[in-house]
Amino acid sequence: MFSMPKKDAITFALFAIVVLSMPIWLSPFGASYPGLLQKFAIYALLAVGYNILFGLTGYLSFGHAAFLGVGSYAAVWSFKLLSMNPILAIAFAMVFSGIFALAIGYVSLRRSGIYFSILTLAFAQMSYKLAYSVLSPITHGENGLQLTLQDPRVIDLMFMERGVSLPTSSLFGIPMNGYEGFYFCAVILLIGFFIAQKITSSPFGMMLKGIKSNEDRMNYTGFNTKPYMLTAFVISGIYAGIAGGLLSVTDPLAGAERMQWTASGELVLMTILGGVGTLIGPVIGAWIIKYFENIFSAWNESILHNVFAFLPDNVEGIVVLISSKFVGEGWHLTLGLMFVLVVVFLPGGIMEGVRRIASWFSRRKDPTKDQEVTDPENMPKPSSKKGE
Amino acid sequence: MVETSHNTVLHVADVHKTFGGLHALADVDLAFEEGTTHAIIGPNGAGKSTLLNVIVGKLAPSRGTVVLDGEVLTGKAPHEINQMGVARVFQTPEIFPELSIFDNVMAPAFAKRDGAFKMNMFMSMENEKDIAREAEEIIVDFGLDAMIHTHAGALSRGHKRRLELAMCLIQKPRILLLDEPTAGMSRHDTNTTIELLKKIKSTGMTKVIIEHDMHVVFSLADKVSVLAQGRIISEGAPDEVRADPKVQVAYLGEAEE
Repeated sequence: MFSMPKKDAITFALFAIVVLSMPIWLSPFGASYPGLLQKFAIYALLAVGYNILFGLTGYLSFGHAAFLGVGSYAAVWSFKLLSMNPILAIAFAMVFSGIFALAIGYVSLRRSGIYFSILTLAFAQMSYKLAYSVLSPITHGENGLQLTLQDPRVIDLMFMERGVSLPTSSLFGIPMNGYEGFYFCAVILLIGFFIAQKITSSPFGMMLKGIKSNEDRMNYTGFNTKPYMLTAFVISGIYAGIAGGLLSVTDPLAGAERMQWTASGELVLMTILGGVGTLIGPVIGAWIIKYFENIFSAWNESILHNVFAFLPDNVEGIVVLISSKFVGEGWHLTLGLMFVLVVVFLPGGIMEGVRRIASWFSRRKDPTKDQEVTDPENMPKPSSKKGE
Repeated sequence: MVETSHNTVLHVADVHKTFGGLHALADVDLAFEEGTTHAIIGPNGAGKSTLLNVIVGKLAPSRGTVVLDGEVLTGKAPHEINQMGVARVFQTPEIFPELSIFDNVMAPAFAKRDGAFKMNMFMSMENEKDIAREAEEIIVDFGLDAMIHTHAGALSRGHKRRLELAMCLIQKPRILLLDEPTAGMSRHDTNTTIELLKKIKSTGMTKVIIEHDMHVVFSLADKVSVLAQGRIISEGAPDEVRADPKVQVAYLGEAEE
């Protein structure tokens, strides 16, 4: 079960190094603080899970934020009722998001294409609205679900006295709000990535790709595609639930805004930006978007003045005036432009760009390899040529 | 249960199919016998493809049943019908364009071995040596080995058809349905396909073949049924059917339009 092809093993090892060393290599970018690092790991996990559904089967769910929300609430309730242990909270998040995904998936998967997307969107928006109204005893509506001093916390209080201040989540004494919290999220991300790799390279993963490629053919080939789809949907829903649980672990507060359609849309954006159907792509997409949201949005004119200080004064003024529209509040503009450029020029996302550069280099080294990678028109034909 | 003669493997019993007011199939009663190649010919719009769609479960008949070896197929889903041993080659090749030729052939082999659904998400493809060997063999047999890791979408139309045939044959179906397997092919490719199908014939598999090309029909078929305007108008050995005046009228009638 733990064996994997050499290529996958290398990918995993490199990925693990990159993730675990994030606090080091992100510091020149000003992004090496626990709060953001945790988000990088959590949203990467969310994107990896989402890719199992969207990337492999081609079914575009527009409601995955609902599972993120369910996971968050489940984790906070586990803190309130049982214990501040994050592992228990994650288990809670998995169970509830899994059940939720099973129910939503069962109904939504009766349709495919745009109707499937609309159904998932409808369910997610319904969950979002319900969290503010009917379900507010569970979600605490607009205040968000928070810890209180009166929480039962049955398991924790068997072993210790109730403190005077609000407890923080901790894994056997290790607090979960600093770098330790990031490493906890990072380890779960690596486990999730490993499982996604296994799924992608398994026969099951091949069936999912078959569904994306030609669902009718799958049926005529003797596969019942429904349970395959439902399994993929539930798995990716559980990934989202874990991500939601981790958001609560690092900051024990759950609000309904996590379920809003913009959150689902952001996830779709991450996946497409990075590269649909690749394992690494969605992770890169998630990191870019979170970086923009947190760092780029904080840039202001005085920072720009420092950046462009080497220019002559009057030129600097103009450059800062123009570029200031793209930073700070305007980070959405930059992100939007980037998204448009990627979709138009690199439909396969950033990963396609990486592949193109790689094949360009290998071609320069070995010009005979030319035909192999590029377009199907140049495919080497068999020697006994049979025309149409 | 529908009455069938002892060596009939597939029985299309009194099938009707209407689309609104149009009778696409009317009183169609066909018995396909074990090990034979049975051709269904007829002018355009005669209902040939509708008939295949009814057999594989894509369409539900308005009346009548399809019976495979005493088991009723009507009402079953396409994947169940395939699991019972019915494989189909489509008029326009239905393959997995984004997957490699190898994976295209592996998938149906998995369906044959593991059934309609299996939770094998933690298995590695590398451990599936038996199925991989089987797939490689059939790919070599079909002359596609030079392109085994090519995406199937990049193949020529003739090669796509051949791939689809390989995908059906790796399942060793009881019945193979072929919907115009040589449409749009050059004479050379057509002849290669005929040779290939003759080879399959020697394995004793039952084949139902829909074809426009009379050259193909007369080289392969043991029995011919002629469908016109949803009805069987003639049936018998190829030479008998060719001589039937009703068949000539049906084809000439189409030519006048």
